[in-house]
Amino acid sequence: MRIALFVTCLADTMFPEAAKATVRLLERLGHEVVFPAEQTCCGQMHVNTGYQREALPLVRRHVRTFDPYDVIVAPSGSCVGSVRHQHPMVARRAGDERLAGRAEDVARRTYELSELLVDVLGVTDVGAYFPHRVTYHPTCHSLRMLRVGDRPLRLLRAVRGLDLVALPAAEQCCGFGGTFAVKNADTSTAMLADKMRHVLATGADVCTAGDASCLMHLGGGLSRLRTGVRTVHLAEILAATEHRDTADGRNRLGVGP
Amino acid sequence: MSQVFLGMPATAPAGVGHLRGTESFPRAARRALADPQLRRNLGHATTTIRAKSAAVIDELPDWAQLRAAGSAIKTDVLARLPELLVQLEAKVTEAGGVVHWAADANDANRIVTDLVRATGSDRVIKVKSMATQEIGLNEALAAAGIEPVETDLAELIVQLGDDRPSHILVPAIHRNRAEIREIFLRAMPGVDPALTDEPAALAAVARRYLRQTFLSTRVAVSGANFAVAQTGTLAVVESEGNGRMCLTLPETLITVMGIEKVVPTWQDLEVFLQLLPRASTGERMNPYTSMWTGVTSGDGPQAFHLVLLDNGRSAVLADRTGRQALHCIRCSACLNVCPVYERTGGHAYGSVYPGPIGAVLSPQLTGVADNASLPYASSLCGACYDACPVGINIPELLVHLRDQVPHPRAEATAMAAAGYTMDRPRLYEAAQRATRLGRLAGRRGRGLPPPLTGWTASRDLPEPPEQTFRQWWAQR
Amino acid sequence: MNSRDLVLGRLRAALAADPPTTTGAVPRDYRQSGALDLDRLVQRLTDYRAQVHRAAEDTVAETIAALLPSGATVVVPPGLPAGWLPPTVTVLPDTGLDNRQIGAADAVVTAAAVAVAETGTVVLDGSPDQGRRVISLLPDRHVCVVRAGQVVATVPEALTRLVPHRPLTWISGPSATSDIELNRVEGVHGPRTLHVVLLS
Repeated sequence: MRIALFVTCLADTMFPEAAKATVRLLERLGHEVVFPAEQTCCGQMHVNTGYQREALPLVRRHVRTFDPYDVIVAPSGSCVGSVRHQHPMVARRAGDERLAGRAEDVARRTYELSELLVDVLGVTDVGAYFPHRVTYHPTCHSLRMLRVGDRPLRLLRAVRGLDLVALPAAEQCCGFGGTFAVKNADTSTAMLADKMRHVLATGADVCTAGDASCLMHLGGGLSRLRTGVRTVHLAEILAATEHRDTADGRNRLGVGP
Repeated sequence: MSQVFLGMPATAPAGVGHLRGTESFPRAARRALADPQLRRNLGHATTTIRAKSAAVIDELPDWAQLRAAGSAIKTDVLARLPELLVQLEAKVTEAGGVVHWAADANDANRIVTDLVRATGSDRVIKVKSMATQEIGLNEALAAAGIEPVETDLAELIVQLGDDRPSHILVPAIHRNRAEIREIFLRAMPGVDPALTDEPAALAAVARRYLRQTFLSTRVAVSGANFAVAQTGTLAVVESEGNGRMCLTLPETLITVMGIEKVVPTWQDLEVFLQLLPRASTGERMNPYTSMWTGVTSGDGPQAFHLVLLDNGRSAVLADRTGRQALHCIRCSACLNVCPVYERTGGHAYGSVYPGPIGAVLSPQLTGVADNASLPYASSLCGACYDACPVGINIPELLVHLRDQVPHPRAEATAMAAAGYTMDRPRLYEAAQRATRLGRLAGRRGRGLPPPLTGWTASRDLPEPPEQTFRQWWAQR
Repeated sequence: MNSRDLVLGRLRAALAADPPTTTGAVPRDYRQSGALDLDRLVQRLTDYRAQVHRAAEDTVAETIAALLPSGATVVVPPGLPAGWLPPTVTVLPDTGLDNRQIGAADAVVTAAAVAVAETGTVVLDGSPDQGRRVISLLPDRHVCVVRAGQVVATVPEALTRLVPHRPLTWISGPSATSDIELNRVEGVHGPRTLHVVLLS
């Protein structure tokens, strides 16, 4: 299958390992990955901060860029959520019904990684090997906006060598929320503290999720406290094999001392 | 001038009532977050109620259908609001009640004050009511020399503690049993100092304290959970029996009701009487629900006044996206599941309507400029939307309101620049390189200049990678 | 312009500015009725601390006698079946009792209009065997006699049996509050003890 990668601006700029892992994983499963170079950002930050007018050109660009592809994947629940729920809304509010219709059409062909693997490609065992104790944070937009349900957990359970431990109060927000973490930094920090407490309680050495943004937030906190727990994107775990442990030894989503 | 006379939708006036805080949400939240006792009280209470509510909702196989019906009824109500209110007015009048219309808080306070004065009473007993809190009725009555006595246990705790309510359903949620005992010992005359902090003992003290007041006060003021246009029937949902006391014992009953509380038919109650208690207190049914239609000869108050309150609701109704906030049945489920509310409590929101619903309702009632920080008091985690028994899409509303808020100039400039850059892939790639260079120039690991200092106060920033994804892709 | 015209004018203007697109249709595919289950009523009443007693029409009086101490003063509505009252209690028929007399009584005995099994609720509608609302409010103990034929399974069924213009009181357990740490505790302003005598 020919799959277009919607890399997301955050993964492109800050967390390319998650995106590279997505490419390697899909290629390993026998699919062709293409990267439309005209893509930049879905505009979620603008919309969620109250700048829908400024987001409109980004929506238009996204729709134009991905319109030619039948299957589109992003390693981010949040950005797929934006494409599904915000793009048509932004277009409509700007009075562009035609763009809204096209945006809905593109959204129907856009999948978060675990949705693509389980629903479209019909695979839960992707042949990965990752010998670590791992806990999974479901992230709000994957959980409640996309309703990915237990798809990521089914994928993780099939990973050889992986010891999956349940995260207490998993459905609670980590406190990121985009500009929320800046505008309401104190409240965000309080939420983060509770999430870190739950992660540490699992005894896991890796915390994973389907969103680089939440992992950046969580990883930043875990790093500051020098907990030794690494944050690793779901795609990196699923791409890891005996031959190539893309996520091992290097803390791509973690941060420097 | 002619526009005013035609009646253009209007927001709630400033200077009266409790819809506006005195400081921004982040500032007020900081104080709450620094109070460990408050954090414990809120964490304990919201965890308890979430589990209770989830258990009784799980018992109903048709919760989703009830929720859809509740949402559809409210959508229909708003579409036909003028006609339903006129119908309600006719039915209440037919049944012996008197209907008054209040354009805003000042109007409503004046109407109620005049009605109480006409009875000659210098005291009223009150059932917990968000509408009367919203308009600051207690202050208006007190200014007129009329003593308002709150009879709901939590409201009593707030009133005796000279405090402010912090939750829609349980205004004293921020107080634990030990603090409540202290307040009772301090403010209730004649309380035995041996009083324990057992909830049952505290409730018994409130029973004794208020019984004489119930029996000797001739006027009561209530809110309403529902009003049926088809029959003129009003409904108040409660637990303690203080509502029944107020609705039964006095000679005169004055009910102040937000205009969005009307429902079209008697049958519609079958939906809301199932949704409200399970979402609200986590009960299959609350202990007491009273329904009355006008006056009943020989039973209960022989004078009944219904005050229909606008106070900004018409302005909310004027916004196609925003009007769904008027679906709210004040159950407070969204507060109980909100990770922000759980940590900051209700006072940080400034308005009597705290939590997620408050963050969308208050700015719409007052106009967004007067509550500009509230639409941002959410991480958009979506838990409120899932919990809402009438399906209000609160995250969508928050985003909608953020778009209307006056933005700080520096932020607007930065957002415009980011939008411009991101619509030009070459510029975007240059900016990606600059990100890396900027970080290499010395801001490694920690510390960012304002306004981003909030981020790095408690988290490290990731190290930019050697290569962006698109550089890697180009070199493959 | 008076406030009525002002408010209605505002609302009409608000709707005209951005007219709703709803058809007004309400999907009512939730359960309208259910299988009648008296045991469920008992279980749900008990769950919220009501005390439930099963009896037959001819054993009501002895059942109530066991609930109330000998010599207790009991308020009763004017139309209560006389045979329900045991000779051991002092009966105060409500023929215009004042609030102090009612509040000083040890108990009140009433019939009911409807009971809802699923929610553990009894509903009073002010009929002669239930009386004025005040009599079931001020005494600290309420004995409510429910006939099996008055029990329905669901809330929708209860509403179809009730007459809207009567004063209605829905009672689910004794007076309670969740205002202290959101835990339900029984006993605030209403009757602190609720007995339901279920006739079948």
